Amino acid sequence: MVDRIVTGAHYGLRSWLLQRITAVMMALYALFMAGWLLLHPDLDYDTWTLLFSSDVMRSFTLLVLLALFSHAWVGMRDIVMDYVKPAGIRLLIHVLVILALILYAIWSVQILWGM
Amino acid sequence: MKFCIYRYNPETGSQPAMQDYDLELEAGDAMLLDALVLLKQQDDSLGFRRSCREGVCGSDAMNINGRNGLACITPLSSLKQPIELRPLPGLPVIRDLIVDMTQFFKQYHSIKPYLVNNDPPPETERLQSPHERKELDGLYECILCACCSTSCPSFWWNPDKFVGPAGLLQAYRFIADSRDQVTAERLDNLEDPYRLFRCHTIMNCVDVCPKELNPTEAIGKIKNLMVKRIV
Repeated sequence: MVDRIVTGAHYGLRSWLLQRITAVMMALYALFMAGWLLLHPDLDYDTWTLLFSSDVMRSFTLLVLLALFSHAWVGMRDIVMDYVKPAGIRLLIHVLVILALILYAIWSVQILWGM
Repeated sequence: MKFCIYRYNPETGSQPAMQDYDLELEAGDAMLLDALVLLKQQDDSLGFRRSCREGVCGSDAMNINGRNGLACITPLSSLKQPIELRPLPGLPVIRDLIVDMTQFFKQYHSIKPYLVNNDPPPETERLQSPHERKELDGLYECILCACCSTSCPSFWWNPDKFVGPAGLLQAYRFIADSRDQVTAERLDNLEDPYRLFRCHTIMNCVDVCPKELNPTEAIGKIKNLMVKRIV
């Protein structure tokens, strides 16, 4: 096993910071959504699609979804780093998570602009 | 008074097991360590570390009823019976309640726990203002008992790579010291997904620290300093 006691790898801070910032973005979006839903108690499909009809709303939603996916990437990587020791399996999980998240991003665009 | 104590003797080759003990003792003002010393008179094969018996040396850290603490400053009256004693979790057991702290101290050494100052020493001492000295309160009091690091799941999973709360508190103790000149190197040394960023802020360390210190806060301050130097 490689002994990496002596010094830092000089990365890790940006991932950590990214997770904090994306968390704030998601929290703000969640607050907005909660407020909007409270203001529209008799929600129907037309009102819902009207909200997402503007490009501004679609763009912000996409931004928050991308924040969610990057947040999930850091979180998933953290879990794998904690619990999965064999490098091969770890790499495989990393690749699968990245591919899934990219797929979700494409899918999000399709959903948002297909409404 | 009933006890249930983890026993392991590598020389006999038998599996670790819990052993029940009964002790004639009124709790009163007695501490857990007093009871352990009496139990050792009953059964001299029982192994545990202790030294100062007043919460200063950090030798008798153990898992008491599922929670890490120092036996010498834990009042018997505060404990539910049977009192279950186990060695600190996550470290290799040498015998009974005695654990091998090598990994813990290796991490402590890795943060260079000493002042680095390349100026020639002044005739008297390197002075600090009262404010500068105050920065070290809540940091220098650590006795390295390992209660915090061995209650931290991140340290359990990666004791060879994650510095752990005790080491990180000490790292910040030297980062915060106005007399130390190598803050940047110290931050470089910690900027690592394992060494620092295995901390997920679950605060087990704060919960168990017998000296009521706050490693989580120190870790937060290290992260803040790292952010400050890149933005």
